Amino acid sequence: MTLPTYRPDPDGTHPPLGFPGYRSTALRHPKQPLVLLPQMLTEVTGPLLGPGRLGEHDNDLTRQHAGEPQGQRIVVHGRLLDGDGRPVRNSLVEIWQANAGGRYRHTGDRWPSPVDPNFDGVGRTLTDDDGHYEFTTIKPGAYPWKNHDNAWRPAHIHFSVFGTSFTQRLVTQMYFPEDPLFAQDPIFNSIPDEKARMRMVSRFDLARTRPEWALAYEFDIVLRGRDASVFEDEEDDE
Amino acid sequence: MSTPSQTVGPYLSIGLPWDDGPEVVPEGTPGAVVLRGVVRDGNGDPVPDAMIETWQADADGRFDHPDDPRGRVAGFRGFGRCPTDEQGRWSIRTVVPGPVPGSGGTPQAPHIDVSVLGRGLLHRVVTRIYFPEHTEAHAADEVLNAVPEERRGTLIAVREGDGYRFDVRLQGDGETVFFEV
Repeated sequence: MTLPTYRPDPDGTHPPLGFPGYRSTALRHPKQPLVLLPQMLTEVTGPLLGPGRLGEHDNDLTRQHAGEPQGQRIVVHGRLLDGDGRPVRNSLVEIWQANAGGRYRHTGDRWPSPVDPNFDGVGRTLTDDDGHYEFTTIKPGAYPWKNHDNAWRPAHIHFSVFGTSFTQRLVTQMYFPEDPLFAQDPIFNSIPDEKARMRMVSRFDLARTRPEWALAYEFDIVLRGRDASVFEDEEDDE
Repeated sequence: MSTPSQTVGPYLSIGLPWDDGPEVVPEGTPGAVVLRGVVRDGNGDPVPDAMIETWQADADGRFDHPDDPRGRVAGFRGFGRCPTDEQGRWSIRTVVPGPVPGSGGTPQAPHIDVSVLGRGLLHRVVTRIYFPEHTEAHAADEVLNAVPEERRGTLIAVREGDGYRFDVRLQGDGETVFFEV
């Protein structure tokens, strides 16, 4: 039985589980060493979640209510790719975010910025055959949190993607270019490798703006790549 | 080069849960069981802003996926998703998976792969659920055998009521075994 295998991401790509700057990790990160899980059938397969998950306006967060939400309309688009540049097709992309004032529509979010009755901050879509996705939404605001003195999260949109295998599952956050709040944010700065960290920052995309309607940002999401299949190569050599 | 992981944050429940997320199989499916547990932190306190995701084979040990070399079996979602509640509780309805082929022709003991996501977790943590009745298969299971014997018990669910209990301890006494994938 020959299965595909997925190569590990280089050191520094992902944040450590324990990161003192982000206080909530203190009691929630495992202290025992992780045990290596070989990539067998369960790990190289994964849920393939099709169009059944989508509602009519799930990819346009500005049209989910009778009225329009407050704030700057933006288009967020990009491609879902594996580490070898191959598109991940027909794959579910889920997002959630704060409104233009930096407030989540969540009972736990109590800071005094108004809830927008026309904005849920929740979107879903599928990538197309080329791995492209697109959302229309509102640029989220920054918001305070109590992690450290005068702590503010840089504006961000949460992304959840599945890839094609359990090993590729990823939840991340998309940030906006040149945000002055990056320097003080431990969640953003938890990524050791600077180049990897900058892969979470979207690119302003003038070409995809909509005249007199919306700004645009491009954000590609890259998942673990497959190992080259040594078995096939060996056969080719013979 | 991959995109890094970030925490789902405290408000994951606005974006991630689905109405049918906890239903890996519909109600009334023959052999359906409820798998439930509590997620706790290093103080033993429940974690109310976490989410459990499960991925598994069907009762015959097959996957609805093109990379299953035996061919895909259509129609079994195999995926469960449940946020924790205020008491840290989660539950899904599923079936006990069949044995899945391992390396070298030895079948693996029936198991479910699990991701735990939550506030305070910058990257998901991964564990596996095994079932208490498969003691013989456990003794031969390659993954379980790589786990220090004194910690193996954290991976084995406990028979309870109409299904099984599987608690997750993120840190501290009885810390669940987590895997590097």
